[in-house]
Amino acid sequence: MDAHGPLSDEGVVRLLTHTGERIEHPVYSRYAEDLDDATLRQMWREMVVVRAFDREATSLQRQGELGLWVPSLGQEAAQVGSGHALRPADWVFPSYREHAVAYLRGVDLGNLLRIFRGLEHGAWVADEHNFHLYTLVIGSHTLHATGYAMAMDRDGLVASGDTARDAAVICYFGDGATSQGDTNEALIFAAVNNAPLVFFCQNNQWAISEPATRQSKVSFAQRADGVGMPNVRVDGNDVIGAYAVTREAMERARVGGGPSFIEAFTYRMGAHTTSDDPTRYRTKADEEFWAERDPISRLETYLERRGALSAEYRSETTEMARALAADVRVRIKAAGKPPTHEMFDHVFADPHATVDADRAWFEHFERSFIDAEGGL
Amino acid sequence: METLTLASAINAGLRTAMERDPKVLLMGEDIGSLGGVFRVTDGLLKDFGPDRVMDTPLAESGIVGTAIGMSMRGYRPVCEIQFDGFVFPAFDQITTQLAKMHYRSQGRITLPVVIRIPYAGGIGAVEHHSESPEVLFAHTAGLRIVTPATPQDGYLMIQQAISSPDPVLFFEPKARYWDKGEVDVDAPFVVDGASAAMSHARVARHGEDVTIVAYGPSVRVALQTAQVCESEGISAEVIDLRAVSPLDTSAVVRSVKKTGRCVVVHEAPTPFGVGAEIAAKVSEEAFFALEAPVLRVGAFHTPYPASKLEHDYLPSVDRVLDAIDRVMVD
Repeated sequence: MDAHGPLSDEGVVRLLTHTGERIEHPVYSRYAEDLDDATLRQMWREMVVVRAFDREATSLQRQGELGLWVPSLGQEAAQVGSGHALRPADWVFPSYREHAVAYLRGVDLGNLLRIFRGLEHGAWVADEHNFHLYTLVIGSHTLHATGYAMAMDRDGLVASGDTARDAAVICYFGDGATSQGDTNEALIFAAVNNAPLVFFCQNNQWAISEPATRQSKVSFAQRADGVGMPNVRVDGNDVIGAYAVTREAMERARVGGGPSFIEAFTYRMGAHTTSDDPTRYRTKADEEFWAERDPISRLETYLERRGALSAEYRSETTEMARALAADVRVRIKAAGKPPTHEMFDHVFADPHATVDADRAWFEHFERSFIDAEGGL
Repeated sequence: METLTLASAINAGLRTAMERDPKVLLMGEDIGSLGGVFRVTDGLLKDFGPDRVMDTPLAESGIVGTAIGMSMRGYRPVCEIQFDGFVFPAFDQITTQLAKMHYRSQGRITLPVVIRIPYAGGIGAVEHHSESPEVLFAHTAGLRIVTPATPQDGYLMIQQAISSPDPVLFFEPKARYWDKGEVDVDAPFVVDGASAAMSHARVARHGEDVTIVAYGPSVRVALQTAQVCESEGISAEVIDLRAVSPLDTSAVVRSVKKTGRCVVVHEAPTPFGVGAEIAAKVSEEAFFALEAPVLRVGAFHTPYPASKLEHDYLPSVDRVLDAIDRVMVD
């Protein structure tokens, strides 16, 4: 591991080591004080359940039921930890790998698979979860998050004087996205507008086949120094650390303290997508090194040592995971092809002559077959 | 009625829209105390304050991308791109995000964003300050693309664009900014959705022998040509499209069925342009009325030249007359 830069452990905040030891941090320990055993147990369960879902989705793709899958494998702690620091009134702008955050926001993961089966582009109602739709163009949504945060500020949802009511935005993106112009513009717009926004960079070390060193000479957190934005690196496989740093940043944003940047140093244990082949560009040794730093097992070890993970809770969790996986499998396999006319719907909010003409032509074309076949 | 330039008519339209709806806000470079490089936002900062007239960082993608985020919360941002040739950093936000969010969300998210772009040439500017990129956007579904040719249309169409629930690219013919015209600023504004005048072509001059189709800066060239035609005994009808998308070809087809001849004029390069689309539509829908092939008079398929050459590059009255001579041959 390099001593400096985006693949180093330099400056990383950690409250739970990979061997399951709880350690202190002068700044951030107090932001994790409210995590009691019951909450940590719940976080462990969520990570386990989402991992089972993720594995099921990968299988579904391998079996030809999904066109593509984007695994979240290995990033569960970064997502569950940060996700727990959010309130219902906060808003989330994900990229496309934030399945665990989606789960925490109440998005139906079975529906989420519809995107990857080619049934629709959206798959959930953003307003029902304060969880925006996935954005596939890398970094584009960082600007939407920034504008949205600026608007929340205008709407009086920030520094309202009632800290229980204040809200902010969190935007998830990866190490590759930090090279995009949009992400850098988002940092600038957020900084000069003091937007209530947390940039949450999951540095999973790989942008498909390119290591993080192809994106940056310095840690990603350091990028924020250039725009005068508070920033921190956290061990992204430490769910407690991820929670603490996110809580601190969200609290600052909600009371008008402006944007922050979090780099969660994690590892993409799976492929970029099911179309990818990591054996072409990374080593077995690297994968084994990170397998030892698995985000779930370290929390499991910690909870077990404390006697906080009963056999009953475990088996209940296993059953939940199994049931979710089975449910999404049955539902996605049963999902039929959408009616063809849907492709003409919602291109515009107001009727548009060109789309109307296409729709009319197509309906006429379809009808011509029915007429030719004797009015079937 | 007031006599206004196109720039001041758009300014008045922006002001009216801002007074009507507190969710309307302006974003762009130098639009505040300077009032925009063409002064289209002149005086609005003073009257509406920096929360509604926002000088942004110098980043076009950032302007459009943050406008998208603000519109998701119900704001109606009107972005100014300083010049046509500077819109391209925002091309991705406009074509992959702004145009598609309504579709992606199955109609649940509307993005009523307006992007104002001073465009086209004729003012002796340096490189990237005279281009006509409207067709690059017209090929993307989900965007409405309109362009006023007169102060009256500038005043009304900017308000219609702002009230539209769809994203609108509002191309302003910069060479016409200082042209004066009568504007009825007291006309009641009706929010009439897709039936808004901005989506429908208008007959700018009635005629019988040949149809000249134009939009934006070329409408004046078309009208001047029609005047010359009249002195030569040719009655030319001029259609101002107003919108590039949706393209109101019904008005064109109706006219060509009457005249039998059609010449399309625009400043954008001819290949793959609006003229090509109109020629196709006319041949599909008015083929048997045609007395001559549809001709196009546009810019050449070269980069915009240095400004001392632009008057040879752009469609001129003489070049339109040349096309009319060719379609009038029996």
